[in-house]
Amino acid sequence: MISFELSDEQKLVKDTVASFAADQIEPIMRESDDSENVRQDIISKGWGLGLLGGSIPEEYEGFGEEISALTGVIAIEELAWGDLSTALYLTAPAALALSVLDQGNEEQKKEILPAFTGEEYRPASCALVEPYFNFCPSALKAVAVRDGDEYVLNGKKCLVPLAQESESMIIFAATQPGMGFSSVDAFVVPAAGQGVTVSERERNMGIKALPTYQLELKDRRVPAASRLGGESGSDFLRLLSRSRLALAALAVGMSRRCVEYSRDYSIQRVAFGDPIASRQAIAFMVAEMAIEVDAARLLTWEAAWRCDKGMDFEKDAALAKNYAAEMAMMVCDRGVQIMGGHGYINENPVELWFRNARGFATFEGMVMV
Amino acid sequence: MMIDFELSPRIKGTKNMIHMFAESALRPIAREYDTNEHKKPQDLLKMVQKVMGGGISGAFGTEEKKKEGEEPKEKKRRETNLAGGVTVEEIFWGDAGLALSFPGPGLGGAAVQASGTPEQKEKFLARFAGEEPVWGAMAITEAEAGSDTANIRTTAVLDGDEYILNGEKIFVTSGKSALVESQGFVVVWATLDRKAGRAGIKPFVVEHGTPGMEVTKIEDKLGIRCSDTVSLAFMDCRVPKENLLGNPEVVDKSKTEGFKKVMATFDATRPLVAAMAIGVGSAALDLLKKTLAEEGVEIRYGISPCRMTALERDIMKMDADLKAARLLTWRALWMLDNGQRNDLQSSMAKAKAGSAVTWITQKAVEIMGPLGYSQDLLLEKWMRDSKINDIFEGTGQIQLLVTARRLLGFSREQLK
Repeated sequence: MISFELSDEQKLVKDTVASFAADQIEPIMRESDDSENVRQDIISKGWGLGLLGGSIPEEYEGFGEEISALTGVIAIEELAWGDLSTALYLTAPAALALSVLDQGNEEQKKEILPAFTGEEYRPASCALVEPYFNFCPSALKAVAVRDGDEYVLNGKKCLVPLAQESESMIIFAATQPGMGFSSVDAFVVPAAGQGVTVSERERNMGIKALPTYQLELKDRRVPAASRLGGESGSDFLRLLSRSRLALAALAVGMSRRCVEYSRDYSIQRVAFGDPIASRQAIAFMVAEMAIEVDAARLLTWEAAWRCDKGMDFEKDAALAKNYAAEMAMMVCDRGVQIMGGHGYINENPVELWFRNARGFATFEGMVMV
Repeated sequence: MMIDFELSPRIKGTKNMIHMFAESALRPIAREYDTNEHKKPQDLLKMVQKVMGGGISGAFGTEEKKKEGEEPKEKKRRETNLAGGVTVEEIFWGDAGLALSFPGPGLGGAAVQASGTPEQKEKFLARFAGEEPVWGAMAITEAEAGSDTANIRTTAVLDGDEYILNGEKIFVTSGKSALVESQGFVVVWATLDRKAGRAGIKPFVVEHGTPGMEVTKIEDKLGIRCSDTVSLAFMDCRVPKENLLGNPEVVDKSKTEGFKKVMATFDATRPLVAAMAIGVGSAALDLLKKTLAEEGVEIRYGISPCRMTALERDIMKMDADLKAARLLTWRALWMLDNGQRNDLQSSMAKAKAGSAVTWITQKAVEIMGPLGYSQDLLLEKWMRDSKINDIFEGTGQIQLLVTARRLLGFSREQLK
């Protein structure tokens, strides 16, 4: 039966994360962007909310049960309302842990998951995007070739969060090039080692507080057992799609903040004797921004709901992510436009959201629900 | 309760049934009643009356009446409005013009439902459950007053036990069906005191055959041609005093209760118009996808934007826009069913659905090229039909205005 009402548990999660975002993350958004760093005390506090540990079952030393994708997108929207870089920083380890929880074999889960249930933030990462204009997850240029008990990885990766900071990461590479999404396998490997070169920090237009890196893999040899799911491999499209749910929710959260900020500004800012919001040219922009944020959220919720119900959700997740990415750019562009010159300078956050927003077209695989 | 996107078994059953009906009874004759604009599908209308007992949607009319006076039992979750929305979408998937010509209480009935007394409801709504098709219509718009309803110039003057109406109304949907072809009525909005502005505007039920009322024009339209849209002239038209809906007092400007009731009607009808749009949009998208599939054109969902063809990008946007519009619409209807204030969400849904579906149908004709432009298919008709959804019940711009006022917390005076 159709319902748009959050469960009590979801309300609790939402409220908890929302107040953390408002009290801790949002106030340091500009500072984080300027310093190109996220304050570690905030990361520790965010980790302390137990979002990841609380979604890992006890048998792997966690203290919860696998969290629903829907609850995940509700929580992650609130984080991004505070700040996108911090949200990505905080949730980067979840991309690895939840991939293992969802697709790993029993040994992998037992070996890898307990590290993410402790009290201290545990950086980890996923490497999917590649530095080519025509990068597509269904046609990765990074390859993994089986050689006895090992796989040999070759290729380049970019937009890899926390590659220097992490001990372990997932590297996605094609084991059967030309086979589309089913060609891709995931390898859970140490972040450093022979055959892998990690670049200096990347310099991107946005998400500046999140350290990201390029990787060069040159005959990087990893044990066959590090292949996610072992001999039977893993469902890459499912992981990619769950990651897209998370990205869509992040886009919704950040854009929602931008709508609120633009709305408040348009009410306060007086021109020609009236608030600029009293003119339809401005008011209609605000209305359309709000409609599109809600539209993207509902698409995201529906796709996440399908995931939780065990239905096909891959197509829906892709539509939601692409829609949310376009929505975020439209909304944040208008945020700058409504503020005019004041939106263009660093004293206001809309230019920061504007820079972040375009990233959603490119981001893949960095987070997960 | 928790978030759920699955229709209840009851609504699903209705949806399937209506879909089959739309496919077998509406699609085959859709073109005929587009080409012959003022012809009516009499057999279909009789059949609809028989099957549905007067009312394409459970949202209005007689169904609610049964509950009147009863103590509310346990707080049961209603889904009347949602069911209405799903039903409307399926019928409009079949054909918008035919669907709009269906008998039933319509907007006039909705006004009676929203602000009538139990006696008025009994008197005016019972007729829709009979054997013969009957229509209810609503007359608000005038040549100088569209969404700007405060500018209504049709007058009502009390004379003994009667009101005397004078003025002219335009764009009355199903006006001819209600007043000429059946024992229906029209709800006419007229002012008791122009100086009082909105507070002076009241709805009056005018029965078919009332002397002094005349159908003066039947419009030829771009689309939804099976539905009659008429002008009505009122020349010293006398209606009984009891036909005024709601409070006859012209209260001061700050208490425009009567007007708020009309607006409350819109909260229920706007998502239904959104659902109508979505029905037409999904008809177009279904046909487009089917044609592409037959031609072996694959849409590669999930690939990155830089690898999409222009066609894939369009189809995915159509998919997402349509789904987003549907979810916004369902949300507005769900809120109504659950007794939540939904004026903001209703306008959001209609704004989105109206513009999305107008675009979707236009894009579908473009992509289908000469096939799309030809009258051999219904696609070009759907493009013409769908445009009305961005116009009636408040244009897309009016929806943005309502949405913006609510978001900004602005009054009409603060945001004109």
